[in-house]
Amino acid sequence: MAEAVANILHVPKRNRVSNRRFMLVSVVLAAAVLIAIAICGAMLMPEAIKTDFTQKNLAPSPAHIFGTDWMGRDMLVRTIAGLSTSILVGLIAACVSSLIALILGTIAALGGRLADRIITWLIDLLMGVPHIVLLILISFALGKGFWGVTIGVALTHWASLSRVIRAEILQCRESGFVAVARRLGVSRIKIAVHHMLPYVLPQFIVGLILMFPHAILHEAAITFLGFGLSPEQPAIGIILSESMSYLSAGMWWLAVFPGLALIGIVMLFDIVGSGIRRMVDPSSAQE
Amino acid sequence: MGVSYSLEGYDLSRIIFWNIGRFLLLMVAVSVVVFTLVSVSPVDPVAANVGQAALVGMSDEKRAALDAYWGRNVPLPERYLSWGSALLQGDMGTSLRFNAPVADVIANRALNSLLLMSVAWLVSGVLGFALGVLAGTHRDTFLDRAVKSYCFVLAASPTFWVALLLLIVFSVWLGWFPIGFSQPIGKSAASVTLGDALYHLALPAITLSLVGVANVALHTREKTIDVMNSPYVRFARTRGLTERQIVLRHGLRNLALPAITIQFAQIAEIFGGSVLVEQVFSYPGLGQAAVVAGIGGDVALLAGIALVSAALVFGGNALANILYGVIDPRIRKGQTHG
Repeated sequence: MAEAVANILHVPKRNRVSNRRFMLVSVVLAAAVLIAIAICGAMLMPEAIKTDFTQKNLAPSPAHIFGTDWMGRDMLVRTIAGLSTSILVGLIAACVSSLIALILGTIAALGGRLADRIITWLIDLLMGVPHIVLLILISFALGKGFWGVTIGVALTHWASLSRVIRAEILQCRESGFVAVARRLGVSRIKIAVHHMLPYVLPQFIVGLILMFPHAILHEAAITFLGFGLSPEQPAIGIILSESMSYLSAGMWWLAVFPGLALIGIVMLFDIVGSGIRRMVDPSSAQE
Repeated sequence: MGVSYSLEGYDLSRIIFWNIGRFLLLMVAVSVVVFTLVSVSPVDPVAANVGQAALVGMSDEKRAALDAYWGRNVPLPERYLSWGSALLQGDMGTSLRFNAPVADVIANRALNSLLLMSVAWLVSGVLGFALGVLAGTHRDTFLDRAVKSYCFVLAASPTFWVALLLLIVFSVWLGWFPIGFSQPIGKSAASVTLGDALYHLALPAITLSLVGVANVALHTREKTIDVMNSPYVRFARTRGLTERQIVLRHGLRNLALPAITIQFAQIAEIFGGSVLVEQVFSYPGLGQAAVVAGIGGDVALLAGIALVSAALVFGGNALANILYGVIDPRIRKGQTHG
């Protein structure tokens, strides 16, 4: 007994890896998985639409881990191809949306009172209609399909990030070092590039990455409703909406595994985004 | 208890007028945006509704008549003006898909949707609040971790997938709930009992509630941790109050406000979720009508539902602002100066 206590007292508290390194490793790993899925999915595209009617309606087995559908397509291959499409849509939409956020946030912060008012009102307008309804409208206006959903997601997700960027720039403008630079006669462009850009960049990148999960979930939802990607394209939304006709026949695997895979992707993006955010922000880096 | 705050300086009528003005401006803007969006669509309403096969074998006169019926030849601003002025008189147009006035279709379905959304709103609010307080007061215990991971997983799950999962488990496997529709198939609307309606409402409402919990719970948890570390709670502890008494007497009052605000702001999310859930359960509400209208190119109905959803979201936010002012004296004071 006494020996055990002594041992406990002498053991170093915990042999822990530093938070920063742990975070870095998990972020890199998560990013690697995402890139691997995107590339694999793109290469598996032709495989995903290959039908084999001798293999239809199979429950999950070692040969087909996710089972097969009513046309004998392997659900694992279809799912990975679908995820790859989702990542592509998410990538384009999130990049465009965060650029919109950057531009509008900057204009709101530096463009004077009127510009600020107009942009704030625009944000209120955007937040005033439920996302899904707005996505249906935009996708409908653009004739549905890949670009309908991508542009729809890109146009609806910039609001909160542009608020963050506006606040960051306002804070930066009031800070001491910008005031000093201004007094020293540094030009406005130079202040913007040398002082403001580095100040806003971390928030911008984190916002960009954290936009992915939303973009991907909304893409899947809008495709599921029939306003997104077309039925020939492999997409999680298509897979799930098609599965609805087969659920009452007991083919649960058509819905369960693709959905789980989608959740996995969304959480990976979340890990990468919040990991980078914590590393960027020194006050929470060791939490 | 027993302290009454005076309502002096809290000019309710001014706030209401201000909100009505904002509401009208918002509605005009939303109607312009919505109408432009639905009108520029290349989706051909005639083709979408009669089907490609019928279109091929159709005579030119028939085609022209259908084009006129769906208003394909009238220019956009003209259509907006006639639609907008009719709207001001309370006429939202005719839903060509349902062959009935839009206002009737919406009123019909709004009842189903509002029932679904208000149940989900209440249940997810109360449940999320309770989970958040429990997790916050039991920080870093198993309970806290369970609540936190539940919320994170749920925030990452597509609503319609959760709905599908519940459908598989409870309707297909266990057979406890019907597969869809808001009333039994083959029964006339008059003979549907309240029990039937609730029975068909249950699974969609449970889905929406489960998904809606995450946001409130996580926010309330953060707030609870703040409150439990505050000086007045420390003082209450030194006075010898039990944790339970502290939470009940000092915690809940301070935690309720942010939770209420978040829950009101959540209405847009719940509406979005209801669109997906209604689609999965074939529940005849506004969301499902919006999808039908969008697929079928029913411009008037789609625009009408978009307007109603915007009004609903605005109403929620305005109510939250007013409630906040009524409940919290500090904010009330700030509002008259700002």
